[in-house]
Amino acid sequence: MQDAAGHNVGVDANLFHASVHGGLDCTACHADIHGYPHPDHPAQVNCANCHSEQAGALVGSVHEHASRQPCTACHGDAHAIVSKDSPKSAAYPLNIPATCGRCHGNASMAKQHHLSNVYPQYVDSIHGFALSKEGLLVAANCSSCHGDHHILSHKDPRSPTYRTNIPKTCGSCHAGILAKYMAGIHGQAMEQGNPQAPVCTDCHTAHAISAPTMAESTQVCGNCHQPQLTTYRDTFHSKVSSLGSYIDIARCSDCHGEHGILPASNPRSPVNRANLVRTCGRCHAGANAGFVKYEPHANPHNFRRFPILSSIRLFMVLLITCVMTFFVLHSVLWLIRSLVEKVQSRTAKGGRS
Amino acid sequence: MTDPSIRIEGTQLEPQASSGGAAEAHPEAERYYVRFTPIQRWMHVIMFSTFLGLAMTGLTILFSSNAWAQHFALAIGGFGAILFIHKFCAVILTLEFLYHIANIAFRVVVKKEKGLLWGPDSMVPNLKDLKDIVGNFRWFLGLGSKPRLERYAYWEKFDYWAVFWGMIIIGFSGYVMWFGPFFGRFLPGWALNAVQIVHGEEAMLAATFIFSIHFINGHLRPDNFPMDTTIFTGVQSEEEFQQRHAEEYQRLRAEGRLGEKLTCKPERSLLKVSKVIGFTVVAAGLVLLILSVSAYIRE
Repeated sequence: MQDAAGHNVGVDANLFHASVHGGLDCTACHADIHGYPHPDHPAQVNCANCHSEQAGALVGSVHEHASRQPCTACHGDAHAIVSKDSPKSAAYPLNIPATCGRCHGNASMAKQHHLSNVYPQYVDSIHGFALSKEGLLVAANCSSCHGDHHILSHKDPRSPTYRTNIPKTCGSCHAGILAKYMAGIHGQAMEQGNPQAPVCTDCHTAHAISAPTMAESTQVCGNCHQPQLTTYRDTFHSKVSSLGSYIDIARCSDCHGEHGILPASNPRSPVNRANLVRTCGRCHAGANAGFVKYEPHANPHNFRRFPILSSIRLFMVLLITCVMTFFVLHSVLWLIRSLVEKVQSRTAKGGRS
Repeated sequence: MTDPSIRIEGTQLEPQASSGGAAEAHPEAERYYVRFTPIQRWMHVIMFSTFLGLAMTGLTILFSSNAWAQHFALAIGGFGAILFIHKFCAVILTLEFLYHIANIAFRVVVKKEKGLLWGPDSMVPNLKDLKDIVGNFRWFLGLGSKPRLERYAYWEKFDYWAVFWGMIIIGFSGYVMWFGPFFGRFLPGWALNAVQIVHGEEAMLAATFIFSIHFINGHLRPDNFPMDTTIFTGVQSEEEFQQRHAEEYQRLRAEGRLGEKLTCKPERSLLKVSKVIGFTVVAAGLVLLILSVSAYIRE
């Protein structure tokens, strides 16, 4: 059934009666229609008449002006809306990513609004798998982190995805990790307002949720701790991992811990002097007080902090330079003299014959 | 003692087929002299094979951030294989080193070979070496004639002592890394870091030196080009003997001991094998040299 302009104006009675709105009269929503024929331009239905709370929440959110019909853009046809507890609902937890993904999985739309195309990243994340493969209702979906009607930009300090709110947002599920994080140096720094303090997404990313456990973990930590990454690269630990190893090799978190990282000065830190024998001993059987005096982040280029190592390195470099310079000179001069003699003996022979 | 010398003097007087004008002063006899004993030759073989194994795996570890190192490690079977080969070669080379020390000690203490520690046949540097260095540089610059060298030229002595001390330094630092917790009990804290630096830098020196200077001196300079096989066959020709170790040649001749060293021409097959092995090792060494020096400079 279509109107003069070609719009579909038919309503499926079965769907309508099964919907949450099935008990309502048509005019409960279409209040401007009193008889037949209908006006040429019936007024837009105002969902806020009933759903004032949700409509109020939409005000000020990033979606306030996103659509002429912001409610149905997500919830679908008003005549067929079912309860969000129904697996058929667009707002059912397992359906939310697909609902949001209709826009946020659209590369051109993402580009137009300067957003990253996050839907594919989410789908392949551990959250996405938990939801799509296992059907876990508790798996984080879009609204678990971003909220629903009152979605704010991550730049808004009230947003659950605002930088300093992220630990609390993730912690609403990962409470144990949050407690560790807040006790650690990263959480402490974040709480003290240090803008460089890492939050969950700095290491794990927001949508792809990478697990920085293996090789890439050093790079993740190195994004902030560049000097330590450089000195780590000099160690045997790093060399083993870059050459492809069948053994578990020490990476940042193996010695320093992960979520609840403590400064070495803290007696509970695994890299505190008192704990080194145990920490190193996890891999190095027989580790002892002398063995753990090894400095895993030594920098032989830093003379002030490592005068002995710097001197040794300098001596070795000088030795290489001197030996090689002498013998290269020796060889080059020898080569020239040999060639000169060959030419001379040839001309001498030529002169005689 | 005098018999061989007489025989040699005799044979030298016999007319010889001359191969060229340059050799006219010393008519080229098809005579060959022993320079290295079979044990010395085999020790060189063991040493260069383990050294090559150590260098290939060690430089891979030292420059592990380079793509070539990672590809090589992958091809061989990862870090575990690399480290196994490295340690395996290290143990063999250590055994050879210990054998050498024991052999020297035995010859000095029991057999009382005084000439081993001092004198013209000794590896120990002396004043003549210093004079030879100066003399050689004067010859390079056209300021004098070529110095007449003894049994071991000064650069050969340098090769020997560089390897000798190199093995002590690299070997010791290597075993400290291998058995870190054990050595940690009596070495100061910084030593565990120091051995890592020393091991890498000394190895870099050894590899660069052997793969460039030793190869040039032994194989690639015009006098020897393309390959001096003496270390493989143990034998040098009379012409080579006279040119390279003129002083030794003359001394032995004066002492009438030249005949002791007289031997047969090396067999063709041995020469061929020597050349194949020699070229293979030189090629492998040059590849490693280019890869590691470019990586070293970049770091």
